[in-house]
Amino acid sequence: MKKYSVFAIAREAMRGHKGWEEQWSSPEPKKEYDVIIVGAGGHGLATAYYLATVHGITNVAVLEKGWLGGGNTGRNTTIIRSNYLYDESAGIYDHALKLWDGLSQELNYNVMYSARGVMMLAHNVHDIQVLKRHVHANRLNGIDNEWLSPEQAKEFCPPLNTSKDARYPVVGAALQRRGGTARHDAVAWGYARGASARGVHIIQNCEVTGVKRAANGAVMGVDTTRGFIGAKKVGVVAAGHSSVIMNMAGVRMPLESYPLQALVSEPVKPVVPCVVMSNTVHAYISQSDKGELVIGAGTDQYVSYSQTGGLHILQHTLDAICEMFPIFTRMKMLRSWGGIVDVTPDRSPILAKTPVPGLYVNCGWGTGGFKATPGSGHVFAHTIAKDDPHPINAPFTIERFRTGRLIDEAAAAAVAH
Amino acid sequence: MLLIRCPYCEEERPELEFRNAGEAHIARSANIAGETDDDFEKFFFIRSNPKGIIYERWRHMHGCARFFNAVRDTVTDKFVMTYKAGEPKPSKLPGVAK
Repeated sequence: MKKYSVFAIAREAMRGHKGWEEQWSSPEPKKEYDVIIVGAGGHGLATAYYLATVHGITNVAVLEKGWLGGGNTGRNTTIIRSNYLYDESAGIYDHALKLWDGLSQELNYNVMYSARGVMMLAHNVHDIQVLKRHVHANRLNGIDNEWLSPEQAKEFCPPLNTSKDARYPVVGAALQRRGGTARHDAVAWGYARGASARGVHIIQNCEVTGVKRAANGAVMGVDTTRGFIGAKKVGVVAAGHSSVIMNMAGVRMPLESYPLQALVSEPVKPVVPCVVMSNTVHAYISQSDKGELVIGAGTDQYVSYSQTGGLHILQHTLDAICEMFPIFTRMKMLRSWGGIVDVTPDRSPILAKTPVPGLYVNCGWGTGGFKATPGSGHVFAHTIAKDDPHPINAPFTIERFRTGRLIDEAAAAAVAH
Repeated sequence: MLLIRCPYCEEERPELEFRNAGEAHIARSANIAGETDDDFEKFFFIRSNPKGIIYERWRHMHGCARFFNAVRDTVTDKFVMTYKAGEPKPSKLPGVAK
């Protein structure tokens, strides 16, 4: 792997950019690997990367039915924050946030992590109570979060409508300054490049169609559209399709998959300096470095794999955006799309061993997995390599739905689901 | 937006009038307090989440307000049929292979 640097740019500029190499190779699948990761999104590629870098396991294949980073990694609104309520969530999301800081240097790939601040708006007394509870809980966990007055909120995000007669008056806000955004595609590409350079095979257009188990129940490998590939350890990181893959291994999951939509506007000059979220009216917005307003909606109400979703969901979100930011009422929207998110009953992820020996699962990130990408991959790699969870992901078992030890962020994750 | 046929009103109405109420044909135990943890987990948390034909409940919230069941393809979101609550799970689906 040739290192990217200002000198590399200068060198290539001198010779017509003919020396750039492919960022990752596309090898033919081998018959057998030590570990197979199902799903080449951010979480899967990060898992492979940390298997190679932290645990020295490089005989790894990442299988992807479509193209790398083409699922929810390429469809999310790129928001990064760690202001979750419960200790377990704070642990895993802040682990990720700490890794975001420095990730570009670690990967030698600009993931454009920008700690521009995530501001969550309060519109009524209940919001104030909930958000202040979050501020306090976060600070007890060593996570930055601070309370802003409406005037301070306006100062932090000037286009915000904080007038007294606004349809959704702003009566305060919680601000996590370390929160922000990153370039979602670059995260997948950077991890892919780093993993590939260490010998990991990234195999695209290779759909898993079955999970093979030995007589003793342990995993033997997976059937794919490119034939059987053996491995004694298989990690399922398939987002909305995780339950489909787990069903192939005979494991029924506490998951339901819903469409989640987002949209972007025409590009304009910098106007939104931070991320603004409003959970009460369900809208969130930021501005990409290209200038597009990036707007996220809520999920549809029914199980679906259609990667679309109802128009009224987008309309509802845009109604709220226009009330909070009247200056955007004349903006044109360029694109909208949907991804399929796998949601657990307690709205916390599952990163765990499964009842099947050698089978591991990293799923259930629901509407907010992107922010966790580095931390998720880091602790999931540990879980696979050691056949034992990292202390950070130890609470995120499948068994919690039997024991009742839930991590109930359903009401506390600070977003509507 | 989906168009959903309410089997009571016998009309196709826009999705906005309805609330999805999750997977259908999950029987609640008559002795819920006596359930084992395993059985309660299956009843309460585990879902089929099929890619393909799903049997699900809907409620015609802003209409007759009644619950009913529907058969839908989760890949296309097309409804195969709807039927009244309490009717058995249909064994044959119109227009669906096997």
